Amino acid sequence: MNLQPPPVAEPGTGPVPGLEEIYRADSLHIRIMIYTSFVLLAIGGFFGTLQALDKFQVDLYRFLPGNLQLYYTGLTAHGVVLALLFTGTFIIGFLSLALVHGLRRPLADRGLAWATVAVALTGALALLITIFRNQATVLFTFYAPLQAHPGFYAGLVLVALATWMAALNGWVTWRAWKRDHPNERTPLMAFAALATWAMWFLASLGLAVALLVYLLPWSMGQQAQVNPLLTRALFWFTGHPLVYFWLLPAYVSWYTMLPAQVGGRLFSESLSRLVFLLFVVLATPTGLHHMYTDPGVAHGYKVLHGVMTYAVIFPSLVTAFTVVASVEEGARRRGGRGYIMWLLALPWLSNPSVAGQLLGMLIFATGGITGLINSSLNMNLIVHNTLWVVGHLHTQVAGAVTLTFMAISYWLVPLLSGRQLWGRRWAVLQVWSWFFGTAIMARGMHWMGLASTPRRTFLTHAPYADLFGEWYWGGALTAAGGVILLLSGGLFLLVMARTALGARRTEPMAVPEAQPLHHPVIIPRWLDRISPWFALGLALAAAAWVPSLWRMAVHYPQVTGFQLW
Amino acid sequence: MDIDRYERLWIVLSAAVLLALMLVLAYSIWGLDIRLIGDAGQVDPATVTQRPPFDQPGVYEEGPGKYRVVMVARAWSFQPAEVRIPAGADVTFQVTSLDVIHGFRVPYTTINQMLVPGQVSEIQYRFTEPGEHVLLCHEYCGVGHHIMEGRIIVEPAATAGR
Repeated sequence: MNLQPPPVAEPGTGPVPGLEEIYRADSLHIRIMIYTSFVLLAIGGFFGTLQALDKFQVDLYRFLPGNLQLYYTGLTAHGVVLALLFTGTFIIGFLSLALVHGLRRPLADRGLAWATVAVALTGALALLITIFRNQATVLFTFYAPLQAHPGFYAGLVLVALATWMAALNGWVTWRAWKRDHPNERTPLMAFAALATWAMWFLASLGLAVALLVYLLPWSMGQQAQVNPLLTRALFWFTGHPLVYFWLLPAYVSWYTMLPAQVGGRLFSESLSRLVFLLFVVLATPTGLHHMYTDPGVAHGYKVLHGVMTYAVIFPSLVTAFTVVASVEEGARRRGGRGYIMWLLALPWLSNPSVAGQLLGMLIFATGGITGLINSSLNMNLIVHNTLWVVGHLHTQVAGAVTLTFMAISYWLVPLLSGRQLWGRRWAVLQVWSWFFGTAIMARGMHWMGLASTPRRTFLTHAPYADLFGEWYWGGALTAAGGVILLLSGGLFLLVMARTALGARRTEPMAVPEAQPLHHPVIIPRWLDRISPWFALGLALAAAAWVPSLWRMAVHYPQVTGFQLW
Repeated sequence: MDIDRYERLWIVLSAAVLLALMLVLAYSIWGLDIRLIGDAGQVDPATVTQRPPFDQPGVYEEGPGKYRVVMVARAWSFQPAEVRIPAGADVTFQVTSLDVIHGFRVPYTTINQMLVPGQVSEIQYRFTEPGEHVLLCHEYCGVGHHIMEGRIIVEPAATAGR
């Protein structure tokens, strides 16, 4: 049975009147999350540049005061603040707005939305305080038996809880919408946001067990010992799909917003839905490929997770077609011609929001290929725990995800704040410089990684660092890219600050929403439901993880904690 | 569900790429017989240095051209810190950690393993050329992580066994 499409505006008719009224109720708490993410980006990014300079054996830490001098404290801050807090706060804000716009109604529970803000901020503060008091120098992976202050684990619990609360609010809002529109299919933008939350909820169960059952009680002294392999595996249960939790909000923008921003239409809504649903199913049974080189994990389960990781490239390849085809349609409507030359019709130099997302996709493609290398059994032995992996991660998170979030911010902040975007040309320069900064830095990191440079290591003071001539030029590129990123990040914050404090805009704005290319839109019912796919994902995750986790929990030794910093 | 004809072609191609990658993976497992490190036993890190083999770390000749290197890792050193083995020998490193998670990496080789307290890591390798190799820890293990290193000296085969 096919459902009626929701009423939508035809492309090119501009914002529907009254949309800003709908946003108004949720504007403030979304803005707080987004602005908080910018502050966190500044904190985490600052340490990132210091680390990049260290790869060229330039130690700027000694000029800093107090605990900021400590390399591994800064490294912990960089990872926790950027990978967990910056992304988490931005995603809570952005997905909330995607739901509000997609369903054309305010979030169902305003109190829950404000509680989400409070819990997220409290968690972030607990993390920042314990890290900068040097009580939690355990990096963002917090592998036991390195033992941090209980406040660190409690902060992680609160941040995870905040994401669950935002997910719950989205679900409650959707339920209310469904009651009012029983015969309509869920609009794509809201559907994609809900699928992202479903994927994340399933994926975050491992982290929740690690923190609540093991790490938090152990850090509080209620348990004397901890199981290092089990907690490490539970971390990667969540730790790999965490990447997809960063990525899918970028996909929400690429699929449901970007085509409208270039004047195009969405090529295929059915396949767009399928891609998000495949992530719900495939994201979680993948994490053991981070543990290929771990003792005590059976070969067969490592292979199974490797195969599942390969399967995830399928939805990403479909994305490469659908998103690019949608953008191409827009480029042709703008007068683009030819097989390749239509690319030039896109606003590469005039629209920072579009240019940033397109550049983010370019970097993302390279990271997809390096990701395949990482998850192959034998090539992983060359690159595991080297700077190669850090380069890969930065193409995906600093490149694809952060650049897309910045690009989104160029319309999101004007929309929410009621101000005009300040310095459009500066913003264009910003996204291009971020693109080149990431590309140059990642090139250096990949180079060093192939030359066996270990990751998360204070290289300036490593006695063996001078033995490897190849590390020098890779380090130079890494440092150069890191400096470019610092300048570009500073420019981004300047544009955002001057926008938020600048002149009021006069024309109305709405969230860009791509309309379908083909009419009528025929969507089978199985592409309008998330719960069966969630159940399938849960079953796959259980099959892929529970036997290994059970063996670890029952048979593997417990050890005491250490604070080695 | 209607699918555009180019899109259908792309999906078929994507699935073919995926299938090809899976076949390569299968070939690497069953054709090349690549096996990832698995389960080499569990130990209690608190008492592991009181019992064989980890009570006496060192190099042991197990047969013609076969050596076993028993090592323990702790923050922030490997013991023994220097290992001498002959070129061309089949070497099995048998390593465990006494405290936190460490790494075991010899640059420019496929020796690349994690050391987890409570677990034994067994790593096989053959150094074909004489020379000196750095052994380094590649997992963060505290403030001295970057000074945690060792040396593997590969001697010409004739002088082996000293």
